[in-house]
Amino acid sequence: MNLRRDVFQAIADPTRRAILLLVASQALTAGAIASNFDTARPTVSKHLQILTECELLEQKQNGREIFYNINAKNMKEVADFIEPFRKMWDDRFNILETIMKNYKPKK
Amino acid sequence: MELKTKINAEDGKQDLVITREFDLPLELLFKAYAEPELVEQWMGTKVLKLECKKHGSYEFETSDAKGNVVFKANGVIHEFSQNRKITRTFEMDNVPFGVQLEICEFERVTDNTCKLNMHVIYESVAKRDQVLKLPFAQGINMAHNRIQEILNTLK
Repeated sequence: MNLRRDVFQAIADPTRRAILLLVASQALTAGAIASNFDTARPTVSKHLQILTECELLEQKQNGREIFYNINAKNMKEVADFIEPFRKMWDDRFNILETIMKNYKPKK
Repeated sequence: MELKTKINAEDGKQDLVITREFDLPLELLFKAYAEPELVEQWMGTKVLKLECKKHGSYEFETSDAKGNVVFKANGVIHEFSQNRKITRTFEMDNVPFGVQLEICEFERVTDNTCKLNMHVIYESVAKRDQVLKLPFAQGINMAHNRIQEILNTLK
C-alpha cells in the first residue's frame, strides 16, 4: 500500500494530530499520552497503533516502559505539508458556511 | 473534486494567500467575522474581546475539557471596512511564531455567493513555515466534532 496515502489518513484525524504534537517535543508513554485526552484509553492505543504502523511514531523500550517518539524523518516525507494547514482552514470555513446558512438574525 | 479552500504558499516566501468561495451572500460572510458569538462558533474558541473598528483589538482563548487554556491569541485591527476588508495583526501567546499581518478582503461574486481572499504576512520565511506545520498543534481544538454540536443548537 502507498505509504503517503497512509500517512495522510493518519494525520486526517484530530486526535492523532494532537498526539503527534504531544510527542513532538518529548518521548511519552502511552499512559502519559492518554492522560491528555478524554477519550477512552483503548481508543488512544488504537491511534498510537495507527501512527506507529504509518511510521510517524517510533517506539523505544526504556526498562519496563515503552516510550513513543515522533519519527521526524517520515514526518518530513509528508511531502505536501501544506495540506493539513489547508484542511484546517477548509474545516473552519465549512463550519462558518454551515452556521451562516442557518443564521437567523435576532430581532 | 475542486477544493473550495486554496492555499498559495510559494517556497522561500514569508507570506501566503488563503482563498475560499462561500455559498453565502457577502453580508453573511462578513457578519461571521464581525460578531463575537459567530466567531466563537466557527473558530472554535472563546472570544474575550472583539472591537470591530479601526485601532480596535481582539482576544481569543480556548480551554480544554479540564479548563486548561490551550490556545490564546490576540491582535489589533488596523482597518475595518464593512463588507469589504479587515486588516489586522494576529499573535498567539506562548508560541515562538511571532506576529502576523492578515489582510482579509471580502468580495461579492453573485447575490448568494462570495469570496474571501486572506493575505497573511509573517515575520520571516522560517516563521511562516513553522505556522504551516502548526495544524498538528491545533488538533485539540479542531472543529470536526463541533459541526454536529452547532447543528444541534440550531435545531
